[in-house]
Amino acid sequence: MLEAELVNRTLSVAMRTGADFAEIFAEERRSSSAILDDGRVEEVVSGRDRGAGIRVVVGETTGFAHTADLTETGLAAAAGAAAAAARQSGGARRIVEVSSLDVPRPLTVRVPPEDVPKSTKVALLTAADAAARSTGSAITQVSARYGDGRRRILVADSDGLFTSDDQVRTLFSVSCVATGDTGMQTGRESAGRTAGFELFDLYDVEEMARRAAQRALTKLTARPAPSGEMPVVVGPGGGGVLFHEACGHGLEADLVAKSASVFAGRLGERVAAPMVTLIDDGTMAGEWGHYGIDDEGKPAARNVLISGGVLTDYMWDRLRARKEGRASSGNGRRQSYQHLPMVRMTNTYITNGDADPDDIVADTTHGVYVAQLGGGQVNTATGDFVFGMTEAYLIENGEITAPIREGNLIGNGPEVLTRIDALGNDFAMGSPGTCGKDGQGVPVGDGTPTLRVTALTVGGTAA
Amino acid sequence: MSSSLLEIAQRVAGWAGDGFDVEAFVAHERETEVRAYEGEVESLTAATAQGIGVRVVHQGRQGFAYAATLDDETVRETFDEALDNSRFGSIDEFAGVAEPDGVEPEPLDLYRSELAEFPTEDKVALALELERVTLAADPRVTGVESAEYADSVFESAVATSRGVAATARETGCYLAAFSLATERDDTQTGFGFSVGRHPGELSAETAGTDAAERATRLLGAAKAPSRRLTVVLDPYVTARLLGIVGATLSGEAVLKGRSLFADRMNEAVGAPSLTLVDDATDPDAFTASAIDAEGLATRRIPLITDGVLQSFLYDTYTARRAGVSSTGSAVRGGFKGTPGVGAHALSLTPGTRSQDEIVAGIDDGLLVQGVTGLHSGVNAVSGDFSVGAEGLRIRGGETAEPVREVTIASTIQRLLLDVAEVGSDLEWLPMSAAGVTLAIADVTMSGT
Repeated sequence: MLEAELVNRTLSVAMRTGADFAEIFAEERRSSSAILDDGRVEEVVSGRDRGAGIRVVVGETTGFAHTADLTETGLAAAAGAAAAAARQSGGARRIVEVSSLDVPRPLTVRVPPEDVPKSTKVALLTAADAAARSTGSAITQVSARYGDGRRRILVADSDGLFTSDDQVRTLFSVSCVATGDTGMQTGRESAGRTAGFELFDLYDVEEMARRAAQRALTKLTARPAPSGEMPVVVGPGGGGVLFHEACGHGLEADLVAKSASVFAGRLGERVAAPMVTLIDDGTMAGEWGHYGIDDEGKPAARNVLISGGVLTDYMWDRLRARKEGRASSGNGRRQSYQHLPMVRMTNTYITNGDADPDDIVADTTHGVYVAQLGGGQVNTATGDFVFGMTEAYLIENGEITAPIREGNLIGNGPEVLTRIDALGNDFAMGSPGTCGKDGQGVPVGDGTPTLRVTALTVGGTAA
Repeated sequence: MSSSLLEIAQRVAGWAGDGFDVEAFVAHERETEVRAYEGEVESLTAATAQGIGVRVVHQGRQGFAYAATLDDETVRETFDEALDNSRFGSIDEFAGVAEPDGVEPEPLDLYRSELAEFPTEDKVALALELERVTLAADPRVTGVESAEYADSVFESAVATSRGVAATARETGCYLAAFSLATERDDTQTGFGFSVGRHPGELSAETAGTDAAERATRLLGAAKAPSRRLTVVLDPYVTARLLGIVGATLSGEAVLKGRSLFADRMNEAVGAPSLTLVDDATDPDAFTASAIDAEGLATRRIPLITDGVLQSFLYDTYTARRAGVSSTGSAVRGGFKGTPGVGAHALSLTPGTRSQDEIVAGIDDGLLVQGVTGLHSGVNAVSGDFSVGAEGLRIRGGETAEPVREVTIASTIQRLLLDVAEVGSDLEWLPMSAAGVTLAIADVTMSGT
């Protein structure tokens, strides 16, 4: 994308007025998407975006500028602006020398989406629409979306780093509305991988559409969700969102450093039930939160955060790690070249326990079974978090019974971690997600086996 | 600048040919963001961004493409790509670009040269002052998670091959503080902000003291037993609720069978005290704009009057399909997206009493200061509504102990009908809705 010589000259401009660190992050992104709604292919979209973000650090201050102009003039202007923003107060001039050490990782994409005809992508949408509608006349609306994106990044910095990555992601989702005597209900299903069009070797879009339709149909007979504290069993895959909110964000070192996390100062302490081992792993090939290098050029890594219930580490980006005199954990990510990197999760998951998932349900007298979750939110400073249930049922006398309507569950992270009393042996990754923090969205994955929390507050309206 | 953006948009719109129409949207934005932390500048971002989105409608088939650069070659390729994409869309007899409808845009002046000329060091000073004020507001404020100044100078142009040619130019800025308050083992958080069209309208004092007040009054908060009660929504919470209500009133949701209110026109959908208007021509609205995302004039749209449903929101496509006129309600997230239908600037007609006066009349309630999980526990199609909440209990007409880790739940339909009173304290917030205190009866609070 950029020659090493041009990178050197730009970094030299960034460092000219004296800086501790300078970095260029260049990005070229191509994407295509197609949307079907209301029985029609409404739009087929292509986009491209390229540019560079330049970061200059002086003391505690980061200056940042970005530009879509990748010529020497454009880059120099951005480098000058970033340096000025970092408010230099004099200092030695440094010449930066990066050398091209780029070792491209083996491309794992088998079928590059750009090689697939648009008509083939559109055909997936119409197939999903037909399959969803074939489940019955109560399905009154269907929408489906196909999207792919290729993101090539280059990271070079004043420490001599010069590296790059090529990230391809493909996503498919389908949403249905079912209408009955009780009004309308919705059902959604999605699949996404850090991979090319071979995604559809693993996922049958018609099958996905039928599942989404069934989910909406099931909810037509749903009762209002209960209100109050009770045992909650979360099915395989879904529970990842729970951990993402209950403790994932709280283990991000930028929040920890500002004492804006309930997990600050708790390294080495027991923070969860002994059966809980939590891992964040950007190296899981193909998973939605996978990459070769993070957006600061650090290779993705597998980081154990909680081991046997004991807090072993936080997640780190470059700035926070540098202050602590340690290495980044490869969790420095940004939405695009227009954003500063910060600490973000990748694929966050709980390892298998040894319980039979059927026994976990059978052993629950009364509670709620959550089969599909729909995102969540956390206040890391208090630990309070919510997550939504988009498919859930009552558990009565050890059996999964009536479907219940949608709503949030609320809990407190440190409390919920210690209230996990059963982990199944049926680990699965959940649906692809977009994690939002400080206005930036990045793709993340998560996973869990079936698990039970002894008490969580279900936010319904029924007594 | 706006004129050169319009030149590009009109040039692209002029490439329309036999049997196909073209719309081009061109935008340019200059932004500054300063974050203060512990008396230093934590980060300072200075950036400009620009781009073009091209929509082609070819014999009822729509294609779209965008690019984040405006050089001649890229613009041409973007147009070619949009034209090619249109081959793969379904035929829709109502698809098309906007044409002039005879409604003149209001002469809104939303651009302030004071912002464009405001020196960077003064922006830095504002962010540092915000952090200082927040920390000084109360000894229990032990930290400021973020203290931020941000501004934007935004210009855009849209042109269509049917004769639309419109430009917009606006400035905006805000201060936002997130505070941490600590007492014994308990930590609570609060936010405060101040918005304006130029920095002279900002108040670090207001933002900082609000952030401190919101955090400190929650100190000692505990989970509460489940019960049904009256909730009093703080203005900020009401504004977020209005955003959801606005989505249910989009003509697109109505036409596609996804609106709760599709068959309810001219019926009572809310309490008689509820009057909801969408009005982007109100210059006080943070999201005011004289034109919509398709270049048509925005206008004042009464959606619900005295509880009775009066109108839905329409852009060009949904209006054609519904056999009505566009209400100037096209919105877009930027040049990277096609226009859709949405509210620009929602507000409730305020009542006559302050929040304190409303609270004084409630025997058993919850003053809701913050909500979470609006994206995960609210379904705008089914109407199910369940969100995390924190705030203060109301007992015997006074605010009492702080409450956290509870949810409040009902349905969107019920919430509107159960509105007990709208407060007098209308304020525009940095979002597409105004805040106002809103009391709603018979809501389920779930806790222990």
